[in-house]
Amino acid sequence: MPGKLKAKILAGRHLPVMDRASDLTDAFVEVKFGNTTFKTDVFPKSLNPQWNSEWFKFEVDDEDLQDEPLQITVLDHDTYSANDAIGKVYIDIDPLLSTEAATVISGWFPIYDTIHGIRGEISVLVKVELFSDSNRFRQSSCGVKFFSVFCNTRDALHLSCPAPSIPRCYRLAAVHGFVEELVVNEDPEHQWIDRIRTPRASNEARQRLISLMSGELQRKIGLKVLEMGGNAVVGYLQCFDLEGESGLVVRAIGTACTLEKPGSLPPSAPSASPSMETKEPSYPVTVPSPGPSAPLKYQPFSSSSPKSCRHQSSCSDTDLSFVPKIGIGSSGSSGKEGCSFKMPQKQVTPSALEQREFPFFTFTRFPPGFLLHVGGVVSARSVKLLDRIYNPDEPETRDAWWEEIRQEIKSHAKALGCHAVVGYSESTSICDEVCILSAAGTAAVLDPTLMQEGCLDDGGEHRYCVFCHVPYDDFNSPFPAHLAQCCTCGRHKVPDVLFTTIELPREAKVSGKGCLIQARLCRLKKKAQGEASATAVSNLLPFMEYELHTQLMNKLKLRAMNALFGLRVQISLGENMVVGLASATGVYLNALPSPGGVQIAGKTPGDTAQEQHISNMQRKINDTIAGNKELYEINPLEVAEDVSGSPIPEPQRRPRLFRSVSESSTEVPELDLAYGRKDAFVLEIDDTDALEDMHSLLTDAPAPSGFYSCNTEVMPGIYSWTSAVQMFTSVRMFRLGNANLTNQGVNKAFNDLCEDLLKSLYFKVRSMVPCCLCHLNFSVAVPEEELVQVTVTAAAMTFDKDGSQEPNRTTPRGELGFKWILNTELMSLCPVSVSSLETGSPLLRDRSRSVRSTHSYSSNAVTVVKMTPLSFIPNTRIIKYLGIINMFFIRETSSLREEGGVSGFLHGFITEVFAMVRAHVAALGGNAVLSYQMKECVFMENPNKNQAQCLINVSGDAFLVYVRFECTHTHWPVRVSTGAVKYHCQDHCAQRVSRLH
Amino acid sequence: MEIMSVELDVFVGNTTIMDEEVYQFWLDGYTVSDAVKVRMEGGVLEECEASAEVLQSDTMDQYRTFQMCERLLHTPAKLANQLLFQIPPHRQAMLIERYYAFDSAFVREVLGKKLSKGTKKDLDDVSLKTGITLKSCRRQFDNFKRVFKVVEELKGPLVENIQTHFLLSDKLARDYAAIVFFANNRFETGKRKLQYLSFQDFAFCAGQLISNWTVGAVDNMVEDMDVDLDKEFLQDLKDLKILITDKDLLDQHKSLVCTALRGKTKVYSEMEANFKNLSRGLINIAAKLTNTKDVRDLFIDLVEKFIEPCRSDRWTAADMKLFLIHYTNSAHILDTFKHQVTWDRYMGVIKSCILKMYHD
Repeated sequence: MPGKLKAKILAGRHLPVMDRASDLTDAFVEVKFGNTTFKTDVFPKSLNPQWNSEWFKFEVDDEDLQDEPLQITVLDHDTYSANDAIGKVYIDIDPLLSTEAATVISGWFPIYDTIHGIRGEISVLVKVELFSDSNRFRQSSCGVKFFSVFCNTRDALHLSCPAPSIPRCYRLAAVHGFVEELVVNEDPEHQWIDRIRTPRASNEARQRLISLMSGELQRKIGLKVLEMGGNAVVGYLQCFDLEGESGLVVRAIGTACTLEKPGSLPPSAPSASPSMETKEPSYPVTVPSPGPSAPLKYQPFSSSSPKSCRHQSSCSDTDLSFVPKIGIGSSGSSGKEGCSFKMPQKQVTPSALEQREFPFFTFTRFPPGFLLHVGGVVSARSVKLLDRIYNPDEPETRDAWWEEIRQEIKSHAKALGCHAVVGYSESTSICDEVCILSAAGTAAVLDPTLMQEGCLDDGGEHRYCVFCHVPYDDFNSPFPAHLAQCCTCGRHKVPDVLFTTIELPREAKVSGKGCLIQARLCRLKKKAQGEASATAVSNLLPFMEYELHTQLMNKLKLRAMNALFGLRVQISLGENMVVGLASATGVYLNALPSPGGVQIAGKTPGDTAQEQHISNMQRKINDTIAGNKELYEINPLEVAEDVSGSPIPEPQRRPRLFRSVSESSTEVPELDLAYGRKDAFVLEIDDTDALEDMHSLLTDAPAPSGFYSCNTEVMPGIYSWTSAVQMFTSVRMFRLGNANLTNQGVNKAFNDLCEDLLKSLYFKVRSMVPCCLCHLNFSVAVPEEELVQVTVTAAAMTFDKDGSQEPNRTTPRGELGFKWILNTELMSLCPVSVSSLETGSPLLRDRSRSVRSTHSYSSNAVTVVKMTPLSFIPNTRIIKYLGIINMFFIRETSSLREEGGVSGFLHGFITEVFAMVRAHVAALGGNAVLSYQMKECVFMENPNKNQAQCLINVSGDAFLVYVRFECTHTHWPVRVSTGAVKYHCQDHCAQRVSRLH
Repeated sequence: MEIMSVELDVFVGNTTIMDEEVYQFWLDGYTVSDAVKVRMEGGVLEECEASAEVLQSDTMDQYRTFQMCERLLHTPAKLANQLLFQIPPHRQAMLIERYYAFDSAFVREVLGKKLSKGTKKDLDDVSLKTGITLKSCRRQFDNFKRVFKVVEELKGPLVENIQTHFLLSDKLARDYAAIVFFANNRFETGKRKLQYLSFQDFAFCAGQLISNWTVGAVDNMVEDMDVDLDKEFLQDLKDLKILITDKDLLDQHKSLVCTALRGKTKVYSEMEANFKNLSRGLINIAAKLTNTKDVRDLFIDLVEKFIEPCRSDRWTAADMKLFLIHYTNSAHILDTFKHQVTWDRYMGVIKSCILKMYHD
């Protein structure tokens, strides 16, 4: 008996009226876990019942603890007929199983019904007592499972990056590699029984099944992680494939890691006697061992630093204490990082990585120096015909499909001279029996030598450009490459354009600001069944990939930029069309050559009318480029020109984007036309289509003034964020008329939809200007014939205009430190500013005081929970990680008109989902959700029957954070002076000093 | 030709985004398209480089949000501990205050009327007359009724009860107290002769009546204490009749007032000539207040029996004040007049009310 789960039902409030006669409700509660059910007494005639129940105790296996949710059902007692269900609360108790996360779940939860939505709230208290024995579970499977729950530290990498980390959080000690798992089941909605049960029963069966499956999936992944010697999964991506008749697939990928608390010592030999304990922090010891399974051990900063140890031991218990973690300022660390630059051009392919089946990494942010070279985007797609999954326990077909795709990715990476794939992700799109499986990532060379002793520092300035250097040379290049000398160091080759799926590395130097770049495409396809449909899709895909790529390239050039980060290409399948949407954040990388302009060439020289037109167009393009340079403040230092020496006339080339399905079609007619001094990007205009395309390129409206947008976590070039964050989700769906649909027509409609949507978003958050829409995540679906649905989730973040200059460019140390402050609240700079504390502006102190007062004001009300798709909130400090949030909801209505039509229905549902996420986080003791994602928003309607149904899956990491100063109203952001960094530090130090006194 | 039509358009923020301007349009009962029109004229478009479609989408979206919020606004205390919308406290206060705000033109129409279904049915006439949309009229009426129903059966001071249950500002809570008080006592306010009086005039009078003439003015833990007039007091008022039925007293009273006012007012002769009529008027009003019907007519009686005669004699507000002070105080010197406490309680309120009501 490895665990005891205890639950107590305290009270309810705002319950719905269930008895029309008395306008009251006789409510009681059923608490269910596994097959055990307890009931509270009936609290008669009240809408605010006070049950104050005893502790309901469940003695359960830890396997069940991981898989099963605690199920709380609120019912209305009825003497004469069956009791009516008011609604349910599912509580995932996973966070309670980890020694690191929450210790108690206590709070008000919305009571949710799949037909009526939220119906009142219930106050619940949940605790877990684990029978733990660290010695035993090193061997027994049961113990392993207990440990595996720790794997839910999904986004810990960011927190655990090697530079001085967030107090009380983790440090990445070792990266073990890629983990994947999938489980399949029959979809309850498609079982025969569904014909006879109520929609509510069907929805609840589905919610419960998916909850169970994702619990099982996490546990299985956890086991794999333990086998690899890790204790955490970072970059955990879990998805559902609703395959309809053929079943339901829940799959997940992630990166197995070992996380440590900074400064914590490896655990000594576990105590011998097993004992009943509530919580016992335990860490597996990761012994770096040679051989194929050796983890890529990463230990950037010498833990021998006595300073770090001392701080840790003194402060680890006080949540709010100021804990300067292992200092970035130590010169030893830079020496270590420097080692990677000793062999910038040589391929470092350590056997450990090479021999690994899939050297994939699902995360997108890396410690400085971790990425040695970035080769480019690698992607693979395959079209499959779904068949029924006959044996859910052996989902071999699905496994084999993914295996195949991963192999392909791996070989693409190899072709680029890279031994690893970073920023790796997988996705599917399903329409009837046809399924597109996609995988994409960025081929890269990682530095496995990072932790080795005795590396020399060969100068700071190189680190900015090293990752841009190609991992192959001119002669071994896997394709006709257009290489130039690196504009920063002048010593190595760089590509002219770089596409990646990762975040902009911290060490990268950019000029000006970045911007969101999207390629949008809609292609009609003939309606077909099965095989024929799959073939049609396969034939269409290469063209779509090619066109999306061309659009991206053109738009990038028009913005005078040379690199894309966070590239995400989504292909969505519908009955009669396929929609493609590629989003990325364009930047000007200083290391890469300046992009030449865009030159238009007519196909038929001599046609005066056309030439006239072309020259007009050319002028427009040139104006646009010049305008964009100004808009995005792109003025790179012109040293590049001199360093690169004589420009070599090289052929036009597409960047390294490997597409498995479209290699043959990527070839473009190569033209060698020079534009000015630099190599121009040539667009050939041969027909009206091309002209249309050109027009649409030029009509892409820039963001209104004061706004920026990007799909990466933060906007390159903006540094002084305030803590004002507004996360939002917006959904739009349009129906194409029955008129004669043409590719061009639907294309324009889709393009307009996206543009209009962006405009609306800017307008919505206009009070936050100057503001950036960060982590703009578009996802597109074709739920029905002629229907296209676009779902966007992003965080609007306010920044300080005056503070947007990146300070202290001269010393690499300073820059690094600065960025760390932004990203992870580096405390190590504080000692520097302690001396200047006395001179701290009174304004600052006033503000921090006022913050405290607002906090106390709201303390007796509902906890404010911030949500963001980013892995951090500026100007806040993470105090505690509380666990993963992974929730799945279904909402259905048969009174669509009464609920305000489709918009009213979905508006209400999304609002409810947000509320339920916030309530769960607050109950865990948290006040923030980081890395929040709406992974699924499947909407189906049947207006004729007045019905609609929607499925939403959201995930994120629950945290307790401490907001340094709060901008309570979003009307006008807190103005932060140019010295934003110092400012925050002082603020923080002031608190620290006052605590010491 | 438009080949696409937007079927679904939704925006949900973690912190609920609410535009105060749009909220006001919604409260005022504007349709979405009317609100969009007004917003376009307001110049918000140029400010943010948006298009008409953007405004349409935003307005629709906000209207939906407000509709979802409306249920909570009916019990404002819920807004603070509900989980559905994350709204900062100062925004919550704004939402509530605006929701319960009312148009003075509207309130003048229903003030003193029974807050019944019948009155609600007549709201379209009110809407036509005042130019306020029917939707807005209904909201305001329902607010009155909701507040009335909640505080009707509560003990304790009326204004405080309204504030704790509806989280309104002091000013707005006082206005609601007046509305509830008028509705409960059904004071006549609609007659043509009363049209010149504003809601604020009545609200002031209500405040006076509540704090001096109700049960709560003497005992503050009785049910309905602030909404019902003190019956005993009303009974006692009959005793004041002696001031007009006893000829000696009436003459004495007159001479005392005349002595005090001689040379201090330009309307002295008119006052002197009219004194008995005026005094009869005031004291007859007092004596009749035991009848519910006459309570309802309190204001119309004050106007007809006292304010109008004075106005036709061109009394200034200062004249009025002077007269009322001496009229009240002189009664204290009348040695055979024994009802000083009742007199003060009556005249204190009447004096303030008349002074408030004595304007054009």
